Amino acid sequence: MTQLTESGASTASGASGAGNSGRPSTKRADPAGRRKMVLRLIILSIVALIFISPLIFMFVTSFKTREDATGIPPSWIPDPWTLQAYESILAPGSSTPVLRWFLNSMVAALLHAALVVVISALAAYPLARMEFRGKKIVFGVIVATLLVPPVILIIPNYLIVSGLGWLNALVAIIVPTAASAFGVFFMRQFFGALPEDLEEAARLDGANRFEMFTKIILPLAKPAMATLALLAFLTNWNDFLWPIYVLFSPEVQTLPAGLSTLQSANAVRYDLLMAGAVMASLPVLALFVFLQRFIIEGVSRSGVKG
Amino acid sequence: MKSSSQVGASSKGEAPGRQPTTTPTRIAAPKTNKGVAKQAAGTPWLFLAPYLILFIGFVLVPIVFGLWISLHAWDYTRPLQPFVGLANYVSLFQPDSPYFESFWSSMQATGIFTVFSVPLLLTIPLAVALLMASKFPGRNFFRAVYFAPYVLGVAVISVLWRYLLDNNIGLVNYYLGVIGLPDNIAWTTSTPAAWVALIGVTVWWTLGFNAVIYLAALQDIPAELYEAARVDGANKWQQFLNVTIPGLRPVLSFVTIVTLIASVNMFGQSYLITLGGPGRETRTAIYQIAETGLRNFQMGNAAAMSYVLTLFLMLLSLIVFWLFREKKEGK
Repeated sequence: MTQLTESGASTASGASGAGNSGRPSTKRADPAGRRKMVLRLIILSIVALIFISPLIFMFVTSFKTREDATGIPPSWIPDPWTLQAYESILAPGSSTPVLRWFLNSMVAALLHAALVVVISALAAYPLARMEFRGKKIVFGVIVATLLVPPVILIIPNYLIVSGLGWLNALVAIIVPTAASAFGVFFMRQFFGALPEDLEEAARLDGANRFEMFTKIILPLAKPAMATLALLAFLTNWNDFLWPIYVLFSPEVQTLPAGLSTLQSANAVRYDLLMAGAVMASLPVLALFVFLQRFIIEGVSRSGVKG
Repeated sequence: MKSSSQVGASSKGEAPGRQPTTTPTRIAAPKTNKGVAKQAAGTPWLFLAPYLILFIGFVLVPIVFGLWISLHAWDYTRPLQPFVGLANYVSLFQPDSPYFESFWSSMQATGIFTVFSVPLLLTIPLAVALLMASKFPGRNFFRAVYFAPYVLGVAVISVLWRYLLDNNIGLVNYYLGVIGLPDNIAWTTSTPAAWVALIGVTVWWTLGFNAVIYLAALQDIPAELYEAARVDGANKWQQFLNVTIPGLRPVLSFVTIVTLIASVNMFGQSYLITLGGPGRETRTAIYQIAETGLRNFQMGNAAAMSYVLTLFLMLLSLIVFWLFREKKEGK
């Protein structure tokens, strides 16, 4: 029973011990068990290869010539390898400025992630570790909005953003979506799990609440804040519906929204489209490759709260 | 009593000695220490202020404002927005109104997509999670592979699949031909093929999300329960029914709701892969609402549509909650 606790705890043991839940102890020496294992690995490998092949094809095609990209039969190796597609979409002065979109997306996602972490951590702290009038109401209202589908917000928020003069500016995709209930839950759960004597010691040293928060609590919360920042970055980078309607000039679009523009401008230039798609995938795939564990744990922990 | 104290801290990797002694509850209830909890009355509100300002401005106010908009003939391009009462709602239910057909056909599209995608997204990821529940070499690698498409945005996967599903030069039709199946299916321009394409792509894209949640839950089922079931002579299938499924129940309701909401909110795939076509057959409700309100600026009508859709979604969610509660009481 020990290691099988919070899903967070399974991180620590995930690589070593927790995995034996379904089928306990297949003995190494058992040849039938071993054959089964090999068979399972082969099946999993084939399925995984098929599963990932669309992404491989996307990368391969981005290095093809225009003709090669629409050739029959489709080839898995470009002939010849070329950077033409990238040169074409990254050329300055294009009506589809992909590099500009990339930078817009980067700026927006970074600022959005920072904003989400700061306001969520600040708000979660009193909700987790202070007693005050109205706490239950505040938390209850935040919980209740989890059941409100985002579709209800798009029309009024468009008018609000327009009233603030934010239409067609990056701020429109950075700020309005930052007050997510998820961020507060996520940080509150982490803060609530910290030992109680931490702040008591600081209080005896004469620290006020803000000092306790910045000097004691926040340093301990770095892993949680990093995970939240990562998830916020991914969500914002990938967002599609809101940016395509609130950003309309080519030079302020984000890359995913720009892909839609690129698609309508170059319907069958699949070499260009795949190069654009690769540009839009690179940052998130890079984050995923290096920080895979944090992303997956963060997501699976979101399920824990249900 | 330091149970449930390792949420998140776990990423440090220090497992032994910190394990809870009580039966773990999955929802860690944060505790407040009354001793430390003394502070000036305004302090908590100072901490909350930045979040609450954005929360009120972009979540609470819009919920009410949206209702207000829906009671007006709100046209963004005009200076005056006359009050029309419930007319926008009434027009959605009058067959001769210009919004009736487009709205309900988009609701039907969302319905078709939801009815077929949700069951697939509940079962296939469970199968994947079960395959990966036990320890074997490369397990984390496979988990990452199945999760990978999910980190990509809907724009990327949609542009990619529009290429792969191309009628003439697409990979999908080519390989279908290679294995002797029809190789000229118009995946993006004819139904029902377009539905198969949209649902298939969505399953491929989001399968990893549900699988990872299932997997975390599977690992929380105590191995002793399986041991006990085997001692009682339960076979693999009986173990699945009597140990695995009950152990997954709390997560099942969460996964069902999240998948349901995601499916009802489907937009990008239809916008980029089928362009809502053929005709408007795959134009979903969200697509219709966004185009009505933010492209044609008929915001009163669009707001009314969004409230009707929300009502449907809430009814569905209630039904799901109710279904899971029934089963719980039945045990």
